[in-house]
Amino acid sequence: MERMASHYRKSGGRWLGSGILRGMGVTLKNWIGSYFDPSRLVTVCYPGERLPLPENSRSFPFLIYDGDDPEAGLRCVACRICEKECPPECIHIENERDENGKPRKRPAVFDIDISVCMSCQICVEVCPFDAIEMDQIYAISTNARFEPLRLHKEQLLKPNEYFRELSPTRSAAADARREAERAKQAKKKEAGKKG
Amino acid sequence: MWLVIIQLKIGIILTFFSLLFAVASLAERKILARIQNRRGPNRVGPCGLFQPIADGIKMLIKEDVVPRKADRALHFLAPIVMVAPMVLLFGILPYGGGLTLVDLEVGLLFFFAVSSVSELAVFMAGWSSANKYSVFGAMRAIAQMVSYEVPLVLVAITPVMVAGSLSLVHMVEDQAGYAIGVIPNWFVLTPWGIVGFLLLFVTSLAEANRTPFDLPEGESELVAGHLTEYSGFKYALFFMGEYFGIFAGSGLAVALFLGGGGAPLPLLQWIPPYLWFFVKLVVLVGIVIWVRASLPRMRIDQLMDLCWKGLVPLAFVNLIAAAIWHYSGGGWQGWILAGGLLVGAYLMLNRVVLRSRCSWERKYYLAKS
Repeated sequence: MERMASHYRKSGGRWLGSGILRGMGVTLKNWIGSYFDPSRLVTVCYPGERLPLPENSRSFPFLIYDGDDPEAGLRCVACRICEKECPPECIHIENERDENGKPRKRPAVFDIDISVCMSCQICVEVCPFDAIEMDQIYAISTNARFEPLRLHKEQLLKPNEYFRELSPTRSAAADARREAERAKQAKKKEAGKKG
Repeated sequence: MWLVIIQLKIGIILTFFSLLFAVASLAERKILARIQNRRGPNRVGPCGLFQPIADGIKMLIKEDVVPRKADRALHFLAPIVMVAPMVLLFGILPYGGGLTLVDLEVGLLFFFAVSSVSELAVFMAGWSSANKYSVFGAMRAIAQMVSYEVPLVLVAITPVMVAGSLSLVHMVEDQAGYAIGVIPNWFVLTPWGIVGFLLLFVTSLAEANRTPFDLPEGESELVAGHLTEYSGFKYALFFMGEYFGIFAGSGLAVALFLGGGGAPLPLLQWIPPYLWFFVKLVVLVGIVIWVRASLPRMRIDQLMDLCWKGLVPLAFVNLIAAAIWHYSGGGWQGWILAGGLLVGAYLMLNRVVLRSRCSWERKYYLAKS
């Protein structure tokens, strides 16, 4: 009881109506302040202007290619690790096959159903080739429930430059990893030639 | 000739208030948004200035839904009954400077008689909708409006006592002139006047169903109260009636306590009185919007407590204070006697309310407090 009384005194003061006046003062300050102080007017006019996303924000996965040609620079080798690891099983991969029906190390079909995807980033973590990464797109409404939400290879493929812009830290790490791997491979080849 | 002049006056008054309705609805959204760190409507026209036009067109072309079980005639009539008396009220407000339409000898009586018709409209709307939320909302609205009519009338009696007339024009004339050459003789600058003005402001907020007394429309418990089953232009009419009610209430406050069309300084008397009247009215409407942005909605029991335990006794004390002021002939004796009485009443109320708040203890059965 004592606590409540003191709480009331703290919040409203000793005089009837002083709390109302103080509250009106707060709103008046906010109203006039909103014309001078930008921190009092925090909303942005969304479709026109957008706040920059934090670097670590993520929405759905996309495929990275090097160079200019999506087909030639494709990093994915259709090893299907991401397909197996994906908890909601939203990734569907089919290998490219040569004329004998032997699978090539390239995906003919690479679909991600983003209506199923839960943005967990596990596919990114398990990919040994840094071929799949998380995108930041968020304005992705479509006019149908199923087909437009099933992204095909052509829609998923994006150049490495896009990834560098999206997330400088993670793309730098991935680039360094790939560079080290390439150097290691080259060394091995050298050693193999010598031997 | 006189017919033309009267029609011209009617035209000016109606145009002004319709425009003010549009501007006020936009200003309300803008100011509310700014206070809540938002921007408000800014899409239609420069800075969203044409938003009322867009809203009007939208309201006009919206489907008019009438529930199957509704009483169609009453459902149709209610919005009209809501707006019509409010428009009548504009006719007796003393704008001054030749714009006053009618100088009724019983202006104040007419004001209360006509404005209470809107209560009927609210209940017609609630009853005819055949919807439990509507009926509940209408019941609350009636309880609230009938209760607040009491302090409203009690407060409005005080200027009548002092001015000795029910005519609003006469009351404004009584407030003309300046004390010591600068301070206007407005009733609001007397001890009973300031209390009366505040009481009148609070009660007319409640009469107009405005925040913090808008619980007949409390959407968290009643969807939209008596407006639940209204859409399109009928809803717009209710909205308009509500705004017109605010304008009329503010106009009454201006006429009774703020000196009508009188200028606040003798220097500014060259500005015509009706402009002063409208400036004061717009300022009051601005305060109504400001209050809406600041104060939370009350509970129904708090609302009734405030009326019967707070406002009605204060209004009676104010009545006595006005009588003392009148018979002591104003001046310093009046200030001491009437002012002392009112300050004493405030202190007592303060003590009673604060003590009752502090001794009230909540029992928690499940959680340790």
